[in-house]
Amino acid sequence: MNSITSLLKKNLKQSSMVIALVLITLLFQVLTDGTLLKPLNITNLILQNSYILILAVGMVLVIITGHIDLSVGSVAAFVGAISAILMINMEMNPFLATIICLAVGALIGAWQGFWIAYVGIPAFIVTLAGMLLFRGLTLVVLQGQSIAPYPESFQKISNGFLPDFFGGTDIHILSIIIGVAVSLILIGLEIKGRNNQLRYNFEVGSKGLFYAKLVAIFAVVNTFTYVLATYKGLPNILVILFAIIVAYTFVMKKTIIGRHVYAVGGNLKAASLSGVQTKKVTFGVFVNMGVLAALSGLIFAARLNAATPRAGNLFELDAIAAVFIGGASAYGGVGTVVGAVIGGLVMGVMNNGMSILGLGIDWQQAIKGLVLLAAVAFDIINKKKS
Amino acid sequence: MKSESTILEMKSITKEFPGVKALDNVNLKVVEAEIHAICGENGAGKSTLMKVLSGVYPYGTYEGEILFKDQLCEFKDIKQSEDLGIVIIHQELALIPELSIAENIFLGNEQASKGVINWNETISKARELLIKVGLQESPNTLIKDIGVGKQQLVEIAKALSKNVKLLILDEPTAALNENDSENLLNLLMELRTQGMTSIIISHKLNEIKKVANSVTIIRDGQSIETIATADITEDRIINGMVGRSLTNRYPERQPNIGETFFEVKHWNTYHPIQSERQIVKDVNLHIKKGEIVGIAGLMGSGRTELAMSIFGKSYGKKTTGEVYKDGKQLDLSTVSKAIKEGIAYVSEDRKEYGLILMNDIKENISLASLNKIASKNVINDSKEYVVAEEYRTKMNIKTPSVNQTVGNLSGGNQQKVVLSKWMFSEPDLLILDEPTRGIDVGAKYEIYTIMNELASQGKGILVISSELPEIIGMCDRIYVMSEGQITGEVEKANATQEVLMKYMTNSRG
Repeated sequence: MNSITSLLKKNLKQSSMVIALVLITLLFQVLTDGTLLKPLNITNLILQNSYILILAVGMVLVIITGHIDLSVGSVAAFVGAISAILMINMEMNPFLATIICLAVGALIGAWQGFWIAYVGIPAFIVTLAGMLLFRGLTLVVLQGQSIAPYPESFQKISNGFLPDFFGGTDIHILSIIIGVAVSLILIGLEIKGRNNQLRYNFEVGSKGLFYAKLVAIFAVVNTFTYVLATYKGLPNILVILFAIIVAYTFVMKKTIIGRHVYAVGGNLKAASLSGVQTKKVTFGVFVNMGVLAALSGLIFAARLNAATPRAGNLFELDAIAAVFIGGASAYGGVGTVVGAVIGGLVMGVMNNGMSILGLGIDWQQAIKGLVLLAAVAFDIINKKKS
Repeated sequence: MKSESTILEMKSITKEFPGVKALDNVNLKVVEAEIHAICGENGAGKSTLMKVLSGVYPYGTYEGEILFKDQLCEFKDIKQSEDLGIVIIHQELALIPELSIAENIFLGNEQASKGVINWNETISKARELLIKVGLQESPNTLIKDIGVGKQQLVEIAKALSKNVKLLILDEPTAALNENDSENLLNLLMELRTQGMTSIIISHKLNEIKKVANSVTIIRDGQSIETIATADITEDRIINGMVGRSLTNRYPERQPNIGETFFEVKHWNTYHPIQSERQIVKDVNLHIKKGEIVGIAGLMGSGRTELAMSIFGKSYGKKTTGEVYKDGKQLDLSTVSKAIKEGIAYVSEDRKEYGLILMNDIKENISLASLNKIASKNVINDSKEYVVAEEYRTKMNIKTPSVNQTVGNLSGGNQQKVVLSKWMFSEPDLLILDEPTRGIDVGAKYEIYTIMNELASQGKGILVISSELPEIIGMCDRIYVMSEGQITGEVEKANATQEVLMKYMTNSRG
């Protein structure tokens, strides 16, 4: 099984995170006597972590370009507050209000991106200012009060599930079908990719290993959707999340824009002398972060069914931690969307598992801190070895 | 020279890294109060040998013996070798820009009692050392405020403060201009008369010829031979380094020069921060198809600034002037426009400005021309791979795969990657800024060959270089810059080092 070890070595960073996630999940599965992976709890896990995962996707781009964004929690709260004003106080159509809120997020991103990319103020300072500024504005907008409740259609973003057109009673049939379809598409892409590599005479892993991988993909995806289907089916938020992860992975891996983002973080001067419009890229990354922070704020508000002044508190730290646990480099140029999502899940599973065990928030924080340090230390020690 | 006693002897040193034998049975004998040069191609093992000597690689990680003043040495770290008076000055200077000269000289060796620094003593001792190395600066001047040449002298003062017996310099003049190099070499010769021994690693053969008493040549991790003063010639050294005789250091070429196609008129630019300082003053130049044109000039003469300001305004403020290609005026206000107009600029500093070291070869090659391997903004990975493979073969980049991280390549191979990147952008005009800096003789020859080949395809090539023999050997026509102005234009037939030097030091053109 030489090929397995070499494969693992090659993808150690990526796979070590997956392995860590699996181990942590198993650990809590045992510790909680199987509560962790119950359909209800998995659904909860997704709902609880969706807004952090969305922030982490935006944050990984920011961190790849060599910056950081400390303001996302406050921005999420601020946009949540605006959405409450629009939908609850002004009774605006939820769809229209959502669009406006995302646009506000983009504007905030543009505001911060302008100072960072064009004026050259370090992102740490600009977004620290943003963190205070938008937290303050949230209080101003809400006048220190919570506003509730949201229209039902808006709550559906976070609390709704895909409808089942097939009228399954004990089991959500549409979810099963989606699971099968998604797994088949993934398998198709894997086969296509491998054939492409073979055509260009690239080195590929052994056939047996490849088939094992396909079977694993099929099994994991379908087990996951099956478990969800035995509860209420796929949550709406999971669909949004999945679309975001796929889209951003594609952009970062396959497109010129993605390549430019990595180049800016890898070596700003070299990228600029290669014709990359480094300021525009940096600006764009922050606008994008603003939009995703807004989306995260909306989802959080919908889940809570209220806009509150303390919403989004410390979200930025969870998102940043997720990105670094997911293997991004603090010096820029390195990181993946999938890694950030896995990092976010590691944190999410730990949060959830420790809560089920009845561990206090105090110990949860302390343990999460140690895990973050351990993950990054592992990464750096590993790099020094090679 | 006082006596011929041996101060240092390294006997059959062998050092292995996982998978590579970096040093294989190397012998080195250095006589007291001599300047001993070590020559070899990049990657031959020179720096590894010096790291073994100075204790960077501790005793036990290598085989062989080190005898210093007839004593067997088993250094566990640099501190121990420094205590014996062996001091190494690395290629990248280890000075702290925000601290003063005096603070840097005594860094790690503070003049203090009970942890409290005695500033009077620090300053007065620093002053003495500065006089010794001939540096006229106040000890309180910050390092960032003095040039590289002077910084190098501070490094030597720092070494002297440690009571150095054997000074090792790793490419001390690589970043220096002719004047500063001259100064430094004179200082080394003077210290020699005072009885100091130095080992100098250098690529610059003329310098070695000038200062060294003997030369040890290392090739592929083995010591080839040691040549004594009388027999040192450049050809002899090159023979030893490459293991074959390079009869001609510049490849043959039949220039096929066409019409003028690229013109720069009345080009001016100012310093980006000190906006009163004019860096380039009313420069006019033209390049013909198939022509290799050189720009000679001392460091700070505005050569790089001229090139970078033309290349998408990458340097300077208030830049004015016109650029014409084939009679049409160009808009070169951004780098991407310049690339589109068929201009490419290969920077003098490939690590800082040319490459993304953490990325692999193929991503570096494609970066400036992603449009060519993408459709609707989506990159075709396979195409990218094929293109990179093509250049790997064509440019003879020595690496097992184009998936190799660029940071792991040697200087010569990195330079080939940068060249590949710009060749892939298919420019009409290629500006090369110090294309062979820090590259060994063999790789230099390959890069010259590539330049000739591009010229024969009818492209224009503009070469900036500090090495006059290179400019004279390669160029059809040479512009000379001094203080931001073009002070002379010399045809190949009339180009000699003396003529160029005269224009280079001419302040009013």
